[in-house]
Amino acid sequence: MMIQQQVVDAEYLLLQAERKMAFITGSEAVAEAIKRANVDMAIAYPITPQSESMHLIGDLYAQGYLKDYYRGENEFAVMAGIHGASLGGGRVFTATSGPGTLRAMEMFPVWAGSRQPVVCAFMCRGISLPPSIQPENIEMSMLLDTGMLMFHAETAQDFFDMILKAYIIAEQTEVHLPVGVFADGFLVTHTRDQVKLPPENFKLPAYTPESAPVPVFDMETPPMRITRDPLLNKSNYISYAANASWHQEILAAADRARKHIDHYLGGLLEVVDPDAKIFIAASGTAVSQSREALKLIEKKGVKAGLIKIKSIRPFPKDELVKITEHAELIVVPEFNAGGWLAREIKSVIDNNSRVIAGPRVFGGMTLPPELIAKEIMQRLRGGSEYVE
Amino acid sequence: MSNRIITPVAEFEDLLPDDYKDLINNGPFFEKKSIEDLGSFKEIIDDHPHCAGCGVALGIRLVAAALPSPEDTLIVGTPGCSFFGLSQTALNYSTTAFGNQNAVASGLKRMLKIRYPERTKDVVVVVGDGGIADIGLDLTLHSWFRGEKISTIMVDNEVYGNTGGQESGMSRQGKVLNMAPNGKLFPKLPIFDMAKISGCVYAARVTVASPAKVGMTVRKAIFLAREVGPTYVQIYTPCPTNLKFPPNQTLNIAKEAEKDYYSYEELMTPEAKDYLENNLK
Repeated sequence: MMIQQQVVDAEYLLLQAERKMAFITGSEAVAEAIKRANVDMAIAYPITPQSESMHLIGDLYAQGYLKDYYRGENEFAVMAGIHGASLGGGRVFTATSGPGTLRAMEMFPVWAGSRQPVVCAFMCRGISLPPSIQPENIEMSMLLDTGMLMFHAETAQDFFDMILKAYIIAEQTEVHLPVGVFADGFLVTHTRDQVKLPPENFKLPAYTPESAPVPVFDMETPPMRITRDPLLNKSNYISYAANASWHQEILAAADRARKHIDHYLGGLLEVVDPDAKIFIAASGTAVSQSREALKLIEKKGVKAGLIKIKSIRPFPKDELVKITEHAELIVVPEFNAGGWLAREIKSVIDNNSRVIAGPRVFGGMTLPPELIAKEIMQRLRGGSEYVE
Repeated sequence: MSNRIITPVAEFEDLLPDDYKDLINNGPFFEKKSIEDLGSFKEIIDDHPHCAGCGVALGIRLVAAALPSPEDTLIVGTPGCSFFGLSQTALNYSTTAFGNQNAVASGLKRMLKIRYPERTKDVVVVVGDGGIADIGLDLTLHSWFRGEKISTIMVDNEVYGNTGGQESGMSRQGKVLNMAPNGKLFPKLPIFDMAKISGCVYAARVTVASPAKVGMTVRKAIFLAREVGPTYVQIYTPCPTNLKFPPNQTLNIAKEAEKDYYSYEELMTPEAKDYLENNLK
């Protein structure tokens, strides 16, 4: 038996409905989002720290919130099953972490290339070798060019909102792309936090496959010689041009998502103290650590601003250029060894020697606010030991 | 789908391509056609870019003609030789990543069941030996273990054709192929035997030299997948280009194989047998 919930306007559910405070983990926030998302089907496969959220989605299925749910045999199979289900014209959900993300890798560009509005949560963790189940978001750098939209949650509240809102952004006809919603594993998934939730008897309107910019794969459109997924690998110029324009259209669709992200997420980024000369720019839980670092340096008489980047794809290029126009120092703390966020920021702003790619922690290390504060203070004193 | 979806309105009919009109007026949609009728109706695949004498192309043609309800059939494939012909069939065809077909088909079948609970949508996997037995073997087997209601059809050319004639798990022992410079060191993978212990309610092994048997087994497999459980048909579709025989010898090669090591075989569970006796005339 399906649970009876009231379908309400997306605008109302996402932005206006009165919310009540709950004290829940990030994994529970994922389930709360899916409970209200009118999802048809989910497929699960265990990996730490994602597993708990997909257990909870399984419980939702057992309670009648979803119409189908199963455990797949590995992440590649899960993402392929999710692709098939999405092709069939319904709303889907799955989640994974670190090594699971990499095992499933071949499917992410397929989702984007096939224009499926899949929403997938990534509870980021370390990637072997050496093995680590600890929070680390290097996997995000590997997904930057898959064609997916990518949102990075700072808190359980973000995780809830970004997942629920991702469906409505993903399913816009002019967008119709998959969305990855990322949170740093454990730090968000396994800690309790205050999360404001709209009523649980409300849910989003169902997905309407007819609004897709591509035919639904259900044999309900005239069956002419159309391959649903573009098969454009013949060796001739027309094929190359068609293939190239298909890719360009995916990039353009991600660009067209900007206004919807502005509307539903309140912008691709958020800024504290936009007139500052010194900024910390971060995404995910590094933002929370940076908020604490700001307090530490303020005690030493240094004022700095904070740029929280919520949308990694599309990337808030113009916004960053504008905000950092008069900035002298931009410190980018990250939970990964590669420093991908700093690279992204450097690639869009002028005079990018202003960008300090660090501090970076990985392998299970925490990111103490003192470390971020120290980085800023040393730069201000002209310290050279951290210069790259 | 309903007949009305494909029937053109009179005012626009003459603007449509001849190919389309031919399919609507003389095709297999809503009018039962079978392999025995080949040559007398417009087929959903009548053009393909495969090599001369391609066994896979013939296999696809026979499978397409045997579909009991092409108007409600969705084919899932994988990259390889098979997708060239399949992408030109006049029904929904999807091919995405290598070897993922049975997982895609699982998700698709379940979602179509959610969206069309009262109707039959046949989800049929048509893939070569590499896709099913090598790179996609775990996904193939798990779809059977789970009891997914899909039909899996292998067009077995015993080689990786599209990539240039490399050894596959379904190649014969001793065969010298690319990546098997001293000949293949182990026998053909026993996928047919694995089907029966992995949850398939029906499994059949045929060759393109016996078109009537291909038609019958494909039809049974699709009927059984609707109600009873997963089904598997393995069709030998020899490859003249990579197995190095003249293209006009494809049927002879298949006939020889049928006598030698590719004998016709059909297995089914008692439940499947009952179902066929009661439902398939």
